[in-house]
Amino acid sequence: MKTKSLLFAQMPRVALPLILVLAAVTFYRGHHVPGGGFIGGLVGALAFILVALGQGTEVARKVMRVEPISLLWLGVGIALFSLILGFIGGDGGFHGLWLDEFMVPLIGKVHLGTPMLFDLGVFLTVMGFATKVGFGLQEDNL
Amino acid sequence: MSLFWPVLLIAAASALAAVIRLPERWRVLWALFPGAAFAWVVLSWPDVVGGGQLMATIPWFEELGATVDLRLDAYGGLMAGLVTGVGTLIIIYAAGYMEGSPGGSRLISLLLIFMAAMLGIVVADNLILLFVFWELTSITSYLLVGFSHEKLDSRKKALQALLVTGTGGLALLAGLVLLGIEAGSWQISEIIANADVVMASPHLHGIIVLILLGAFTKSAQFPFHFWLPNAMAAPTPVSAFLHSATMVKAGVFILGRFSPVFSGSEWWHGPVVIAGMVTLLVGAVLGLFQTDLKKILAYTTLAVLGMLTMLIGFGSDLALKSMLVFLIGHALYKAALFMVAGGIDHGAGTRDVWKLGGLRAIMPFTMVAGALAAFSKAGFPPFLGFIGKEYVYKTGTSLDHFAPIFTGAMLLGNMLMFALALKVGWYPFWSQPKEAARGHPHEGSWMMWLPPMVLAVLGLVFGFMTEWTGDTLVIPALAEITGTPMHEHLALWHGVTLPLILSLVTFAGGVMIYRAREYFWKKHDQVDSGPKVENAYDRLLAGTVKFAKRQTRAIQGGALSRYMFIVVGATATLLLWKFVRFQGWPELTWEGRLAPIPVIACIWVMAGAIAAALAQRRLVALLSMGVVGLGITALFVNFGAPDLAITQLLVDGLTVVLLLLVIYRLPPIRVEANKWVIRADAVLSAIMGGLIFALTLSAMQIHVIERVGDTLAQMSYVEAYGRNVVNVILVDFRALDTFGEIIVLAIAAIGVTALLSAKKERSPDED
Repeated sequence: MKTKSLLFAQMPRVALPLILVLAAVTFYRGHHVPGGGFIGGLVGALAFILVALGQGTEVARKVMRVEPISLLWLGVGIALFSLILGFIGGDGGFHGLWLDEFMVPLIGKVHLGTPMLFDLGVFLTVMGFATKVGFGLQEDNL
Repeated sequence: MSLFWPVLLIAAASALAAVIRLPERWRVLWALFPGAAFAWVVLSWPDVVGGGQLMATIPWFEELGATVDLRLDAYGGLMAGLVTGVGTLIIIYAAGYMEGSPGGSRLISLLLIFMAAMLGIVVADNLILLFVFWELTSITSYLLVGFSHEKLDSRKKALQALLVTGTGGLALLAGLVLLGIEAGSWQISEIIANADVVMASPHLHGIIVLILLGAFTKSAQFPFHFWLPNAMAAPTPVSAFLHSATMVKAGVFILGRFSPVFSGSEWWHGPVVIAGMVTLLVGAVLGLFQTDLKKILAYTTLAVLGMLTMLIGFGSDLALKSMLVFLIGHALYKAALFMVAGGIDHGAGTRDVWKLGGLRAIMPFTMVAGALAAFSKAGFPPFLGFIGKEYVYKTGTSLDHFAPIFTGAMLLGNMLMFALALKVGWYPFWSQPKEAARGHPHEGSWMMWLPPMVLAVLGLVFGFMTEWTGDTLVIPALAEITGTPMHEHLALWHGVTLPLILSLVTFAGGVMIYRAREYFWKKHDQVDSGPKVENAYDRLLAGTVKFAKRQTRAIQGGALSRYMFIVVGATATLLLWKFVRFQGWPELTWEGRLAPIPVIACIWVMAGAIAAALAQRRLVALLSMGVVGLGITALFVNFGAPDLAITQLLVDGLTVVLLLLVIYRLPPIRVEANKWVIRADAVLSAIMGGLIFALTLSAMQIHVIERVGDTLAQMSYVEAYGRNVVNVILVDFRALDTFGEIIVLAIAAIGVTALLSAKKERSPDED
C-alpha cells in the first residue's frame, strides 16, 4: 500500500534520521529525565512505520536492514544477558553493575551499567515488536 | 556429594545414550552405568545397615521448603539396590531385545532416565523432591509405554497410564503439601521422627486419603488397576522393569515410607487393607482368563501389589516383614518371568498360549530361567518365594480380627498365582508342541537369557541363604519402616505349622487350577467384553473431551466482542465480590479542590468515550478513542507523570495508526450485534466503569504511613544512580518484572506472526 501524497512519500527521507536521533536521545536520557527504552523503542519504531506508510514496507524493511523479529529477539537476549551479568556480578539477586563515569566530547559525562544495557534490550524488543506488527498489518496478505 | 552421583551417573548415561548412537553390539555397554550405581549401593550397604544413613543436601528453593535432600537408609537402599541391580540386567536385556529393530538407543536412553527418576524416589528425603521424581517416573513411563508411537493403540494405552497415575500424582502433591505444612517440615526423615505432630493434625484424614490416592494409582490398586494390564503395550524390557520391579512398587514404597507416620489411624489401615485385598483377588482371578503371557504376568503383578498393600495395611512388624520378603522375591522372579515371556515372544514369534508349547528343547536356557522363576513365584521351597508365602500365612493366621477372611483371601490369591506362574514359566516349554508359531523358534542371544537367569538363580540363592538374606537385607530395612531396631531372623523351616499346611493346600489347589487352564482360556473373550472399571474411565474421558469442546465453543466463540464481554464480565464479577464480601463500598467524600485543567481533561475524556460508544462507523470510533487517549495524556502531564504521558501518547498514536491500516478490511460496525447484545454491552460497560470508579475512590481513601513511592524515590539515585524513578524501577529495582513483560511482547510477536501467516495460507474452501 503506497500513499499517493507526494509530501508523505518524501517526508520520511528527511524525518527518518531525525526521528532515530530523537529515539536514541529519548532512550539515553531516560535514566535521569523522562524517556527510556520503552518510549525510545516506540519512537524508533514509528520512524520506520512512517517510511512504510510513505514508501511501502519493502522499502522500510530495506532501510531497516534487520528483520523486526530478529531485532526483538536480540533485545530479549541483551536484556537477559544484562540480568545474567547482574546475577553473576552482584552477590545473589540482580544487582546493577556500573562502570566509572567518563567524559565524552559533545555528550558529557557518561555512566554505563547493566541497567542501561537492560534498557537497551527493552528498546530493541519494543522497536522490533512495533515494527513487526506495523509492517505485518500493512503487507497485503489479510 | 557422594549420594548424588548414582542418580546423576544414570541420568548422564541416559543423555549420552540419546546422543551417541552406539552400534547394536556395543549397546550393552550402557549397562555399565547402572552397574556402577548398583556397585555403589552394594558397597555403601554396611553404612546404612543398623540404622545408619547417608545424607546429602544442596540448596534449591529454600524459601519454598524445597531442598535437594537425599537420604539413603536401609529401606531406601533395598529399593535402590533393586532399581539399579534389576536395571542393569534390564539394560543388557533391552540391548538384546532390540537387536535388529529400530529405536534401540532411544529405548535404552528412556529406560535409563526412568531409572534415574526411580532411584530419585527411593533416596529423596524432601517431600517436594519426592514429588518431582514421582512425576518424572510418570512422564518417562508414558514415553516408554508409548514406545511404539506409530501405533494408535500403544499411544492410547500410554496416555491412559499417564492420566491415571498423573491424576493420582496431583492428589499426592496436595497430600504432600498438606503434610509438609502440618508437620512444619519438608524433610521426610524429620516428619517420620515427629509423627505425633501429624497425627494430631486436624487435616490428618485428608492427608492420608490424598497420599493413598497417589500411591494406589501408581501401584495399580483397585479400582485404578486397569491401566497396568493395558500398559503391556510397552516393549517387554519396559514391562519387566517398570511393571514388575520398580515403578508400580513406587506406590508400595511410599506406603511403607509413610507407614510409621500414619500407622495407628483407622483411615490408614482400613482403606489400605481393603484396597490391597480386593486388588489381590481381582488381579489373580482375572489373570486366569488371560491367554497372552504378558497379560498373565500383568495380572499376577496386580495380585502381588495387592498382597503387598494389604500387608502394609496390617502394619504389624510381622506383616511388614512378610511384605519385604515378598517384595524382594517378587522383584526377582517377576522381572525374570517378564524377560522369559519376551524371550519366548522373540524366539517363537508369539505370546499366545494357544500357539505355544514344547519349547524346552529349542530354548533350553530360557526354559531353565523360566522354570526357576516360576518355582519361586509358585512358592516351592527353598525359593525365596516360599519363604515369602510362609510369612504371609503366618501374618494372616496371627491377625487379631477377621483372620479367617484375610487368610482365605491370601490362600486363594496364592493358589491362583501358583497356577499363573506355571502357565508362564512352565507351560510354553513342557506342553505339547504346536505348529502355529511363526517362523523357526530359536534361542535368543545371551543378552536375552542371562539376565532372567541371574534373577531367577538369585531367587533360589536368597532362599537357600535364608538367614543371611534376613539379617543383611530384610531386617535392616524392616527396622526403618517400623522405626525400631529389630533382632529377628528369617527362617526357612518353621516345623509343621499352620502356615506350612496352608502352603501345601496352596500347591494342591494351584495344581488343580493349572490343570483346568483351558477351561478359563476359552472364556477369555467373554470376560474381556464384560463390564469393567475401564469402561467408566473411557466414559469419563470421552465426557471430558466433549465438555471441553462445548465449553471452548461457548467461551471462545471466535468473536472478539464475545471475548471482551467475558473478560470484562469476569473482572467485574471479581471486583463486585471483593467490594461486597470483603471491603465494603468507599465513601463518596471529596478531599481537595477542583482545578480547571483536570476538570477540562476529564470532560474531554468523557466526551471522547461517549462519542466512541455511539459511533456508527469504525473510523469515528477509532478517532474518538484517540481523543480519550489525549485527554488521559493531559491528566498525566497535569499530575506530574511525564514518562506515563509520553508513553500514553506514543502508544495511543501508534494504536490509531496500526488500526487505520486494517480498518477498511473490517466488516461494518455492529453488523453481528442485535439489540440485546448492544444492551448487555452497555450495562456491563456501565457496571465496569462504576466499579473502576469505586476502586479508584477507595484507593485514595487508604492512608498509608510510608508510601512505597517515597522509599523508591529516595533510593533511586543513591542505589541505582538514576534520577528518573520510573525508569530506575523499570530497569533496576523491578528489572525481572520488566523482563517478563518483554517476554510477553516476544510471545505476542509470535502470535502475530502465526495469525498473519495463517490468514495468508488459508485456502478459500476452508473456514
